[in-house]
Amino acid sequence: MPDPIGYRRPDPATQPPYDLPTYGSTRPRHPKQPLVRVPHTLSEVTGPRMSPAWYAPHDDLSRHNGKEALGERIIVAGRVLDEDGRPVRGALVEVWQANAAGRYHHPADQHDAPLDPNFLGRGRVFTDEEGNYRFTTIRPGAYPWRNHANAWRPVHIHFSLFGAGLAQRLITQMYFPGDPLLAYDPIFQCTADEAARNRLIAQFDIAITQPEWALGYRFDIILRGREATPFEDGAGAH
Amino acid sequence: MTAATTSQTAGPYWHLIDFPEWADLLRPDGPNAGIEGGERIVLTGRITDGDGAPVTDAMVEIWQADPEGRYDGAFHGFGRCGTDANGMFRFVTLKPGPVPGRGNQTQAPHVVLTLFARGLLKQLVTRLYFEGEKLNETDPLLQSIEPARRGTLIARPTGTPGEWRLDIRLQGENETVFLDV
Ligand SMILES: [Fe+2]
Repeated sequence: MPDPIGYRRPDPATQPPYDLPTYGSTRPRHPKQPLVRVPHTLSEVTGPRMSPAWYAPHDDLSRHNGKEALGERIIVAGRVLDEDGRPVRGALVEVWQANAAGRYHHPADQHDAPLDPNFLGRGRVFTDEEGNYRFTTIRPGAYPWRNHANAWRPVHIHFSLFGAGLAQRLITQMYFPGDPLLAYDPIFQCTADEAARNRLIAQFDIAITQPEWALGYRFDIILRGREATPFEDGAGAH
Repeated sequence: MTAATTSQTAGPYWHLIDFPEWADLLRPDGPNAGIEGGERIVLTGRITDGDGAPVTDAMVEIWQADPEGRYDGAFHGFGRCGTDANGMFRFVTLKPGPVPGRGNQTQAPHVVLTLFARGLLKQLVTRLYFEGEKLNETDPLLQSIEPARRGTLIARPTGTPGEWRLDIRLQGENETVFLDV
């Protein structure tokens, strides 16, 4: 069996450190020993095949039990591509977020903001043959956290992605254009590379916007590319 | 070419995408229903931080081969488990077989563990090996790690038949070996 083709290593400036003093929770949780680099084997280049048969899609967060959630309805759509611009097909995209008031439907969230019985704030979609995904939701609210004095998270949606291989596994956050809180948020500000961090900001898109219904935002996501182009399409799940 | 999207922390509210039954890969209504053969095992462990405190809000995922060492067979080797109030995780699965390595090498049976949590801006990846496996002595990854730290990747039997335990220390004394994948 020939050696599997590995995934390219990221430019460190485009990815966060484990130890980020401005983000207090990293202090006791970051490893102090250097990570051990693993030449990619089947264990890293393969990943779970996430079939909709076992992970049922749920692409409309804006209603629950047939009732409309409160807040501004929005559509979020985009493509999942690898670093070489090839679509990642059949990728599982999980999303979770706070409601319009900035409160998560989660027992640990004690922010003094109302819960919405018609908003759970979680969804699951798969990319199509061109790498496209799309879901409908409510624009989340900003919320406070205790990282530093008067700390507020900018408006964001959490994204979890499964590509073709374990090395492509990604959890990230999508932000909204023009949010004044971005300048104060150590999590958003975690990369040295400014262009990389700005790619976490979705763009308003009139083509995704639906008349008389909902504003549309585009958020494209890039997963790691292969070290060399495989003869077969590497985007297939294996 | 555009660089891969920046990782961001999963934060404390990822339970919204967690379904506790996913920790049991052998659940009767799950993707492995009807799979025959293999040895049923339980993988458990406790995650602690640099202060020795349990990490009670970590999301742990596993990825593993089937009992024959294949990743492309019928077995769905994926599970997800949130740590509990004591920092413990627990998976029910089948024991993986040896997996081909690079060149003509063979990798000892192992399970890849991926950790997400508040305070982790990107995931931490490690591996769980099984104590007493002959192939551990020739596993390319284990052998590349200094002997004093190798044990942080090797699960031990708990005494309950089929149950293995591997504790994970994010920082400090006996810090787990994490992998740059
Ligand atoms: Fe959040």
